[in-house]
Amino acid sequence: MINQSLKQLAAALATKQISSVELTQLFLDRIKRLNPELNAYITLDEAKTLAQAKLADARIANGEATSVTGIPFAQKDIFCAKGWRTTCGSKMLETFIAPYDAHVITQFDNAGAVNLGKTNMDEFAMGSSNETSYFGKVKNPWDKERVPGGSSGGSAAAMAARLCAAATGTDTGGSIRQPASLCGFTGLKPTYGVVSRYGMIAFASSLDQAGPMAKSAEDCAVMMNVMAGFDERDSTSLQRENEDYSRDLNKPLAGLKIGLPKEYFAEGLSAEVAVVVQEAIAQYRKLGAETVDISLPNTRLSIPVYYVIAPAEASSNLSRYDGVRYGHRAAEYTDLLDMYCKSRAEGFGAEVKRRILIGTYVLSAGYYDAYYLKAQQIRRLIAQDFEAAFNQCDVIMGPSAPGTAFKIGEKADDPVSMYLQDIYTIAVNLAGLPGMSIPAGFANKLPVGLQIIGNYFDEARMLNVAHQYQQATDWHTKMPEGI
Amino acid sequence: MQWEVVIGLETHTQLQTNTKIFSGASIKYGAEPNTQADAVSIALPGVLPVLNAEAVKCAIKFGLAVNAEIAPRSVFARKNYFYPDLPKGYQISQYELPVVGKGSMTIQVGDEEKTIRITRAHLEEDAGKSVHGAQEGMSGIDLNRAGTPLLEIVTEPDMRSAAEAVAYAKKLHELVQWIGICDGNMQEGSFRCDVNVSVRPKGSDKLGTRREIKNLNSFKFMQQAIEYETQWQIDTLEDGGTIHQATVLFNPDTGETRAMRSKEEANDYRYFPDPDLLPLAVSQADIDKVKVTMPELPEAMKARFEQQYGLSAYDASALTASSEIAAYFVATTSALNGDAKLAANWVMGSVSAKLNEADLAFANCPVSAEALASLLKRIADNTISNNAAKQVFEAMWAGEGDADVLIEQKGLKQVSDSGAIEAIVDEVLAANAAMVAEYKAGKEKAFNGLVGQCMKASKGKANPAQVNEILKKKLA
Repeated sequence: MINQSLKQLAAALATKQISSVELTQLFLDRIKRLNPELNAYITLDEAKTLAQAKLADARIANGEATSVTGIPFAQKDIFCAKGWRTTCGSKMLETFIAPYDAHVITQFDNAGAVNLGKTNMDEFAMGSSNETSYFGKVKNPWDKERVPGGSSGGSAAAMAARLCAAATGTDTGGSIRQPASLCGFTGLKPTYGVVSRYGMIAFASSLDQAGPMAKSAEDCAVMMNVMAGFDERDSTSLQRENEDYSRDLNKPLAGLKIGLPKEYFAEGLSAEVAVVVQEAIAQYRKLGAETVDISLPNTRLSIPVYYVIAPAEASSNLSRYDGVRYGHRAAEYTDLLDMYCKSRAEGFGAEVKRRILIGTYVLSAGYYDAYYLKAQQIRRLIAQDFEAAFNQCDVIMGPSAPGTAFKIGEKADDPVSMYLQDIYTIAVNLAGLPGMSIPAGFANKLPVGLQIIGNYFDEARMLNVAHQYQQATDWHTKMPEGI
Repeated sequence: MQWEVVIGLETHTQLQTNTKIFSGASIKYGAEPNTQADAVSIALPGVLPVLNAEAVKCAIKFGLAVNAEIAPRSVFARKNYFYPDLPKGYQISQYELPVVGKGSMTIQVGDEEKTIRITRAHLEEDAGKSVHGAQEGMSGIDLNRAGTPLLEIVTEPDMRSAAEAVAYAKKLHELVQWIGICDGNMQEGSFRCDVNVSVRPKGSDKLGTRREIKNLNSFKFMQQAIEYETQWQIDTLEDGGTIHQATVLFNPDTGETRAMRSKEEANDYRYFPDPDLLPLAVSQADIDKVKVTMPELPEAMKARFEQQYGLSAYDASALTASSEIAAYFVATTSALNGDAKLAANWVMGSVSAKLNEADLAFANCPVSAEALASLLKRIADNTISNNAAKQVFEAMWAGEGDADVLIEQKGLKQVSDSGAIEAIVDEVLAANAAMVAEYKAGKEKAFNGLVGQCMKASKGKANPAQVNEILKKKLA
């Protein structure tokens, strides 16, 4: 049951092979058994979860089921969910109970899905290893001495260990795709504006985007049908007609033009990962696709640009955590300024502080033009690189991350090497494009992800490209041993 | 040395929308603390701003009213600073690209007209309120006001006296109410002025260092504050001192201004475009849609009054000083079948005087425009004299009845029967031989004396024009 696709689960629920309560209990039992070691979930609430499952069973009995009714999903702890503790991985929000639902949560609730719990993450989504979480490190189920990637590390570990049917994540610079690569499952970051950010705790507003983390492209399509859509409560949500993301899954790939950016296969990419990615591309050729060499010349600038823009926005977004209205407040202070300083010094972890400092610096009078403004200009150049590339090809492929999962602690003291984890994913966020990572094989027994980058709003096509590969290969069905 | 003061104003006008600029919470004044603080006002994690289209319409209205450029694209920025009544830790405000660009307004100071250039007007959100001392040793935060839409209107440093600054502020105050974007309530903070003041030697074209007087909420205080600040700056410079850029507060109790913070202590607000909001696009079609909802503006109405009714510039200006007086005047005139001069004299004269005395607005005048017109009709058709009408008006104000009934009751009808008047004139001429002699000897003044005697003899009821005419005939 834990390996079934969302479609199979929906069928099993519809035919009374299993009830939602039973299915949910099955996952809750697995969580009880495996989560203490993996630390994938921050908050569980069995009573709430089972109550939703009961409602789902009634709905199924009434013949009112949707494609996800009764199916248990893990929700990244960045989404506000009414009545649920919502921490964003931070001590600052350790006791914060959200009084409202994020759009994504509402969409799942309305569809009758079951919320299994809130998954661990890097603090305020700042990190690529899930080591910055106030609620502890998450272990990679493929090798428990290694990181699951980040920032959606809890959702990633939960996926790999089958502690949920599927999970949500958010991706600001690679936070869905890099953990998908390191934990061996399928993750999609949609075009910026396709999934509403309402109720999703902001890290860098112009880059943040929620998306599905699932066992297959087909499952991602099912989840996209739930998550996507215009929401007037988010001014950056795009007003478009709803689409069926499954519609093109079965299209053949003959004639597909795949662009291979030379910058994605250059220095910095581990040789073993390169081999796996090339094999995946060879598989695509077998499926009838053509490849074309392309260039994204400004790729090397994407990390410095990102580490100006994202911290700038974050420094402002995180100002609301001041200890005045909610969240952590220092126990003792002498005056207002002291209250601010102590509450924030105690409430935020080191990485968050580092980024607030960087962001404050680059926005300061006298530095704004040299950093923030310049970064915005280069951001446009990066988007233009992609625009030019998509004149030559339909999708772009390359590695999702430069290597496989690294050891816990290995990069913790070297932020720059940590930031390089996102070298292949960040440009996609800066351009606002959709990107995916799908399992493509193993290097040293650790999963390797293939990244697929599409043009704006080409999610259905990307899912088709991924699905056809998953029809021809079985990498996406592999599970870690001993779970 | 002769000094010249240079003044520019920044005015925060609270826009008359139903809801906040970035959320659906009410902006009604006076509610219990924090009852109008929704998730966006509290800045809960994950909430997002959505721009209120009504606030944009208000800004466009203002832009049209001051003949300003309305930007096809303007940008909301974040102004970052920490304060307990600023829940997000930043204020959303238009910074580099405001929705309303350069425009102008004409003010009247004494007999002189002067054009004040508007630099810009931009949309922004208000902060909440810190309430000190509500609880012992604690400060309370009321976020009802947080997110209230404001239009900040900035002028060029075009004013050269406190009187000009006050004239501009009053004119602006009337204008924003006239076009219906602000209720103008200064006590409740709906209209707040910051005044930038600097002085320089007369004839110099270089600006002196300015100090900004913050948050003036009455015209009287504005006048006092500018006068005090100007003198303080002149005294300081004449004593060999220098002016440092600073923000100052006016203390109405002492009548003095005092520095609050200097420029050196000023915050670095780290402005940057708000990534949660798209740039605001305003098309010509949007502007046209607002245009058709615009009332006739005071300047246009003033010109029309001069042309259509033959009123003087002064009268036309006084009658368009507020939408209320204009509406009252127009209603009176139309009920009078267009005798605008008579209506103007009364509206600006007796009616305004009584309203001032009673501290009432035109909208609350006890004598309606229609009632006034029914009285003025009796002056126009010679039923009563202007003086008699004033008595009737007093009675009408006191609620004693209709004009015609009161005229009847008080026996104020004019005598216009030429036979009767001739008899009175004859009587007066016979009784005042000395005056007649004086007049005939060339003393014009004596004629007025004779008219007065005739009026007295008729107990004020004789038609003065007829008295004049008959007297002249008899004395010829």
